Amino acid sequence: MTITLEDSQVEITAEFESQADEIITHYPVSKRSATLPLLHIWQETFGYISDQACHWIAAKLELQPINVLELITFYPMFRTAPAGRHHIRVCRTLSCAMAGSYKLLDKVCEAAGIDQHASHGHGAHILKSADGKFSVEFVECLASCGTGPVCMVNDDFYEAVDPENLDPVLGKYE
Amino acid sequence: MIAPVRIPHPREKRMIFKNIDRHDYAPDMETYLNEGGYEQLKKALTLQPSEVVEEVKKSGVRGRGGAGFPCGVKWGFIRPDEKRPIYLICNADESEPGTFKDRYIIHQDPHQLIEGMIISCFACRVNLAYIYIRGEFPEGAKILEKALAEAREKNFLGKNILGTGYDLDIFVHRGAGAYICGEETGLIESLEGKRAYPRIKPPYFPAAIGLYQNPTIVNNVETLCNVKHVMRIGGEEFAKLGTPNNTGTRILCVSGDVMKPGYYEFEVGSVSMGELIYDICGGLKPGRKLKAVIPGGSSAKVLRAGETYKIKGKDADGNPTENEIGLEDIRMDFDSLAAVGSMAGSGGVIVMDDTRDMVWVLNNINEFYAHESCGQCTPCREGSLWMKKITDRIMDGGGVLEDPDTLKSVADNIAGKTICAFGEACSWPTQSFIAKFRDEFAAKATKRVPAATSPEFMRDSLVKAVS
Repeated sequence: MTITLEDSQVEITAEFESQADEIITHYPVSKRSATLPLLHIWQETFGYISDQACHWIAAKLELQPINVLELITFYPMFRTAPAGRHHIRVCRTLSCAMAGSYKLLDKVCEAAGIDQHASHGHGAHILKSADGKFSVEFVECLASCGTGPVCMVNDDFYEAVDPENLDPVLGKYE
Repeated sequence: MIAPVRIPHPREKRMIFKNIDRHDYAPDMETYLNEGGYEQLKKALTLQPSEVVEEVKKSGVRGRGGAGFPCGVKWGFIRPDEKRPIYLICNADESEPGTFKDRYIIHQDPHQLIEGMIISCFACRVNLAYIYIRGEFPEGAKILEKALAEAREKNFLGKNILGTGYDLDIFVHRGAGAYICGEETGLIESLEGKRAYPRIKPPYFPAAIGLYQNPTIVNNVETLCNVKHVMRIGGEEFAKLGTPNNTGTRILCVSGDVMKPGYYEFEVGSVSMGELIYDICGGLKPGRKLKAVIPGGSSAKVLRAGETYKIKGKDADGNPTENEIGLEDIRMDFDSLAAVGSMAGSGGVIVMDDTRDMVWVLNNINEFYAHESCGQCTPCREGSLWMKKITDRIMDGGGVLEDPDTLKSVADNIAGKTICAFGEACSWPTQSFIAKFRDEFAAKATKRVPAATSPEFMRDSLVKAVS
């Protein structure tokens, strides 16, 4: 599998730079430890990990770009293409599946206007609605097995979701 | 996140989860201090670190993350004359399917964890510690960061803690969706900013060579919370809770086909599987029968309803005895579950009733492990995917007669042949499902003949193409 990072450019604000510098102070022994946190704040700020992200973080931490790239391809939460304005994660794993997570995924896709004919997993691109409002991902265990099926929308967490009534989950997102 | 309010079951003994689901309890410093918070830390700071370790050893508290290794013994691996910096990492990468206890501690009672962690750091002479929290808990990470800031403000953290001359700082480190980071050496690699490839051990366990090549203690969230309670009641009193060698309380996370799934905290070994399912969790749905239970997170070997187990023990005079017990009689503790060939693991109990298709269940589990294998060792990287592909094809009606044997053979060739315990974790489900539900797999796998091979892949055409 070849990974090509998008060649888009964003402006690094002073605020972002100081946020990164603050994080680096958490790792007095090795700056390299700050790679994951910097990838997180990059994705939170700019939406996805681009070629610029990979090079900027590497330079910041005095690493080679490959040291950053190998994490992007390893950790499932990092995406190399933009998601929708609101990113939905539906838990796929056993207890949620027993509680109906496959149906939930179908209904979420239907409600969000997403065509889901692609498998999830590493390298699978994120499924987006045509209007760019929502994107969806079928993820592994979200650790709330007692209240399945569960999903996350951005950082918000929803338990015991009723697939037939998604308005309380999706309704409030613009 | 507000969890649904639930009154604890009368059989429960809430120690770690005392403040969970309380509407008058907020995850902030003020509430915690009003409830006597950080008193145990003050007490610990009047002792020598070695005395705290001694208390924890006496308590017999075993790791709550999965392996059940005695916490005090782990701490004892740090050499008393150690000159290198020592690190402690709280493993909050809760991701074993079926387990959801740490979520509630982090979200609703973060100071309990932090107090337990500071005491543990003091005991192990640690000046820098991290909480490695899974990436899927963004809110939990924020709550912990706020709680840590509050603790710094009160000088429970930072330089010269409460005037004792002890320095400690704790930082939150977020993972990014990889299950393997729950493995302690994978977690350490991840914290070093690398792919979470577990390290080979023995010879060097993290207590000898861990984070940044220095001695490191990795403890689960629940274990660290227990340390606070060991300080509160003393190691000897703590050891009286539960049964010998299985001390303290245990949070069991029940999910699947029961009427009242959820988390329940008991003295270890005080309930049996039958009591847990039928009394405490309200039994199965109307008209359903119990089919199987996975007792300790998805990697624990499955137990089949109706099975019997021969348990060896000793009578009052020390003579060997042998009892035959059923699934319902198994005590929910480390040793009893190990004795029936499974494990207490992380405390995640997944209950399945007679409507469940075991091939479907195993297929779901296999997909998880195929996705989460870190890819470092060939048997696991390839094998976990093969097992998933085989259960996939059985599900799709393309299974062949040999599939149950092939599955078992693949699983047998992963376990014990990998760097970390993921190899066992991904093969135990397949091994146990095939051993206990072979008929179901065989019946499904023989339904149809395999699809014909495309002509270009037939032997003759391949030979022709080569020649």
